[in-house]
Amino acid sequence: MDDHAGQFVRAVSRQGPRIMLHFDGEAVEASEGESLLAALLTQRSFLRRTELGSEPRAGFCLMGACQDCWIWSDTAGRLRACTTNATAGMVLRSQPPGVDALRG
Amino acid sequence: MPCVAEIVVVGAGPAGINAAERLCAHGHRVMLLDEGRQAGGQGYRRPSSGLDLDMAALMGTEAGKYEALHARFAGLLPQIDYRPQTLVWAVEDRTLHVVQAGVASTLRFDALVLATGAMDKIAPFPGWTLPGVFTLGGAQVALKDQGCLIGRRVAFLGSSPLLVLAATQYRKLGGEVVAIADTTPFARKLAALPALARSPRTLWRGLSYLGGAMLAGVPVLHGVTPVKVVGDGHVEALILRDRRGRERCFPCDAIALGYGLKPETQLAELAGATLRFDEAFRLWLPQCDADGRAAPGLYLAGDGAAIGGADAAEASGGLAAMALLADLGEPVDERVRLVLRRRLARLRSFQKGLAQAFAWPVAQIRALPDEVMLCRCEEVRIGEIRQAMAQQLGPVEINRVKAMTRCGMGRCQGRVCGPALQEIVAGAAGIAGEQAGRLRAQAPVKPIALSVAGEAL
Repeated sequence: MDDHAGQFVRAVSRQGPRIMLHFDGEAVEASEGESLLAALLTQRSFLRRTELGSEPRAGFCLMGACQDCWIWSDTAGRLRACTTNATAGMVLRSQPPGVDALRG
Repeated sequence: MPCVAEIVVVGAGPAGINAAERLCAHGHRVMLLDEGRQAGGQGYRRPSSGLDLDMAALMGTEAGKYEALHARFAGLLPQIDYRPQTLVWAVEDRTLHVVQAGVASTLRFDALVLATGAMDKIAPFPGWTLPGVFTLGGAQVALKDQGCLIGRRVAFLGSSPLLVLAATQYRKLGGEVVAIADTTPFARKLAALPALARSPRTLWRGLSYLGGAMLAGVPVLHGVTPVKVVGDGHVEALILRDRRGRERCFPCDAIALGYGLKPETQLAELAGATLRFDEAFRLWLPQCDADGRAAPGLYLAGDGAAIGGADAAEASGGLAAMALLADLGEPVDERVRLVLRRRLARLRSFQKGLAQAFAWPVAQIRALPDEVMLCRCEEVRIGEIRQAMAQQLGPVEINRVKAMTRCGMGRCQGRVCGPALQEIVAGAAGIAGEQAGRLRAQAPVKPIALSVAGEAL
């Protein structure tokens, strides 16, 4: 990662319990009720790399149409980060489980 | 007793809510399906829980309508079978295939009202897939739904009256707007004024936002050509050519990109609507009569039927419900119907004016260089389209190009690249946009897990 810490900027504060999730093995703090995309992009510059060109991506339409923001949960499978709420203890990955093994 | 018909409304924005409300008032039990977590659609979206966001301030002159719609929805809720977070992924033989919380089921219907809304229409340009470039609608969703700005310093690019609206909302919430850049020349906006003057209130609102931005010193440019996004892994600057052909660089960390709206027509097509290429919008739009009848038992309303905005969505939702009721043989209030028809006709003709003033940049898209990424899902560049077409003998239409190149075959199923692909194919073949053909809708209209689909079949 570089010094461009987070892509999104919080414009207003958020009430509600702080929770912890895991993304690619790193602990990430989030608020209950916020989207996974907002939780991740306020702290990171991108969500995943593309399957073919390995380009960084951070979602695009933010309204559930383009599917650019897919990430994976160990228990719930593929998730659309823009329309899925953060919940405590989620274990998330930027790649489908098993891809690392395939790529060696 | 009213006759018993299974009526399903898809989409809980202003069109769907108005349709459901009117059907309920006639004693029908209505099922309202919506993919969103909360009712309101995209424009009248409610903030997610726990957010200290003053929606009245953000919605400005539209705050009253926003509050009124949500209050009416709250009143309607006990009377309807409302199912949020429910994706309708196929329609066949008067049956909807839906997924809710990972569980698939089917729903029979006698009559269907589709109020599926719209998304941004996107024209690609070099660097548009970098993190930090989001759709213009997405920039507003980030703000309304999550209280987040898409970046600290944001450029608004495309051709749309919503560029200046979204930029105004960003400035209200503390965002720095580095430029509002529109590809349509100012002269075309002036030429559209007579059509726009049919909705003086909306025209005035747009002009006042524009004036506000200019007074605040935000650079507002018309007639620009997007050159590229500069950045290593994320947006660092937007480079444009201004109307005089000078290259301008705007350092920024995010870009909101939008060229007007594009209806979500996939379900309408699967349900039997006919689509026709509209020259004003340069989009394939479903055909329906003035009240939204598209096929027997199929009614379309809101931006999913024809781009018109929230006020038109409310009127068209009411009209679709009245058409449905009339087709069931129930009496409807002809005076109300006439008022709604007049309002809708006026608002839609205003939209035609907007399509002139904020035009889809056909020539710019057709002139894009080969290396530009066109399909962000399958990572297909424009040159691959042109090469594939050059190797084919005889006429080539868009679905053939999709099969050859995978452009439009990925996750978004051509929602993002479709309009630009249409222009690239037409440009390479030297034919009119319409003759390039139309990317056909296919079920599932959005990707669903194979395990879910298997269960449903």
